[in-house]
Amino acid sequence: MSDRPFLEFERPIFELEQKISDMKDFAVGENIELSGEIVSLEKKLEKLREKTYSNLTRWQKVQLSRHPKRPYTLDYIKLMTTGFIELHGDRFFADDKAMVGGFAWLDDEPVMIVGQQKGRDTKQKVIRNFGMAHPEGYRKALRLFQLAEKFQVPIVVLVDTPGAFPGIGAEERGQAEAIAYNIREMSRLRVPIVVVIIGEGASGGALGVGVGDRIMILEYAWYSVISPEGCAAILWRDAAKAPEAAEALRPTSDDLIKLKIVDSIIPEPSRGAHCDPEAAAKLVKKAIQETLQELSLKSTDELLLDRLKKYRHIGVFQD
Amino acid sequence: MAWFRKSKEGLPTQEKRNIPEGIWTKCDSCGEVVYGKKMEELLWVCPNCDFHFRIPTQKYIDLLLDDGQLEEYDIEISSLDPLKFKDSKKYPDRIKAAQQKTGKTEGVIAGMATMGGIEISFAIMNFQFIGGSMGSVVGEKIARAIERAIEKEVPLIIVSSSGGARMQEGILSLMQMAKTSALLAILHEKKIPYISILTNPTTAGVMASYASLGDVILVEPKALLGFAGPRVIQQTIGQDLPDGFQSSEFFMDKGFVDKIVNRKDLRDTVIALLRFMWSK
Repeated sequence: MSDRPFLEFERPIFELEQKISDMKDFAVGENIELSGEIVSLEKKLEKLREKTYSNLTRWQKVQLSRHPKRPYTLDYIKLMTTGFIELHGDRFFADDKAMVGGFAWLDDEPVMIVGQQKGRDTKQKVIRNFGMAHPEGYRKALRLFQLAEKFQVPIVVLVDTPGAFPGIGAEERGQAEAIAYNIREMSRLRVPIVVVIIGEGASGGALGVGVGDRIMILEYAWYSVISPEGCAAILWRDAAKAPEAAEALRPTSDDLIKLKIVDSIIPEPSRGAHCDPEAAAKLVKKAIQETLQELSLKSTDELLLDRLKKYRHIGVFQD
Repeated sequence: MAWFRKSKEGLPTQEKRNIPEGIWTKCDSCGEVVYGKKMEELLWVCPNCDFHFRIPTQKYIDLLLDDGQLEEYDIEISSLDPLKFKDSKKYPDRIKAAQQKTGKTEGVIAGMATMGGIEISFAIMNFQFIGGSMGSVVGEKIARAIERAIEKEVPLIIVSSSGGARMQEGILSLMQMAKTSALLAILHEKKIPYISILTNPTTAGVMASYASLGDVILVEPKALLGFAGPRVIQQTIGQDLPDGFQSSEFFMDKGFVDKIVNRKDLRDTVIALLRFMWSK
């Protein structure tokens, strides 16, 4: 994806914004009265924004989830928590920089917060491997989850990944085993787990840290069995058919509520989290705190039984 | 890109390497030509290179279970189309085609059986049914097989072959990984044995859930295993993959499977293991 500050479908909005800004500069520079024209263009802009964002296709929402300015895991940690101490390494092989985590305070409540991390600029993208973790990332996450369980600290997971990394090293070190084992172990961790899909939730790479008591998703995030591009490459035999695949997969927050896969949608600031990261973080923090409060009322046995039931009942079939 | 060449509809790569028919059979792997009846005796394993041909699920039932007897459960449970999914074909049409091809309602057969006189809960996946893909029904039937093992306190044996989670059911398919793995956690806590048998191929969502969670993982020689498919990896890293990458032998060498077992020895190996792990 390019680093320009707008998505393709936002181009008319961006151009109109530019025009208004130019006109304002011109009016001031030349000392000409243009306020009437400016007001009418601003009204037009507002209408255009509303029209664009209230009719987003699934594919456009997927693009928003990948917006180059969208807040990432460490942005949320910085904006929502205090006293974050990042903990590194899986104790077997390496420290996977595509997966971050550590202890932090949500106001006066301690949490273990873990999630995939994407990079902002080219160098960071490479260091973070585009948010695609290797097996050591999943094993680091599990180590931190178990640390949280040992000291009875609730777990918060922020999911944002285009998938677990498909590479030679990842296979050699057991990507499938790492994810399978995480899924099994997370289903039995004896502390509350709140999962928030903040951007992309692609496949086993997301689920490998995504088992919890409550699953929440940001308005413009998505979660599915495969990325639209991956699905298009296999079923349409053409990755360019991703927009069609995005429609077919029903991966958006609205879809997931209807399919009863997520428990709630966290609304985003107008036009997406990237337009106001502080406001987005406030909304996410509030949702996490309310959910943790609700989960704290359950006994551990009740929590685990409910978690098992939650997953046991997922599936649509005829019997 | 050559990978995405449009040839024909559906998933044509899955048609080959079926049971060889005719009087003479040519090995897909080494080209050795073998007399058909001889292949039957050899359980469709190439005498020259040990390549294991894909065989129907019924053959495994005959081969593994006492007297080839399976008391089948959940026969009628079948797929719906919750996403109204359509690519080049409508999902219900794919299901119908798979049902006609296999004579079965879905991609897994499950039930109760005995092996060496030991009662077991058994499930076997069928690669002929939409690439052995796991949707809601496959997940549910595997889940019920695990629950039968827990309730009846008997060992669980699953024979896997799958391209992964079924895309046509979207997120619901992905969640079957969590459903099955969460139940396996209970089986694990109850110290009931689970032997996972991997056959060619076992990849993606199935490999990243119950297939990888056996107390013991057995695998047929030269099967394709792994998380990502070789094409995806090749496209991602932009270089050729090493010889034998993601084969049974590769994963044995890397420490992710317990034992490579020739098809003719599978039954005896499972029974021998159960005698160590299960004395009830």
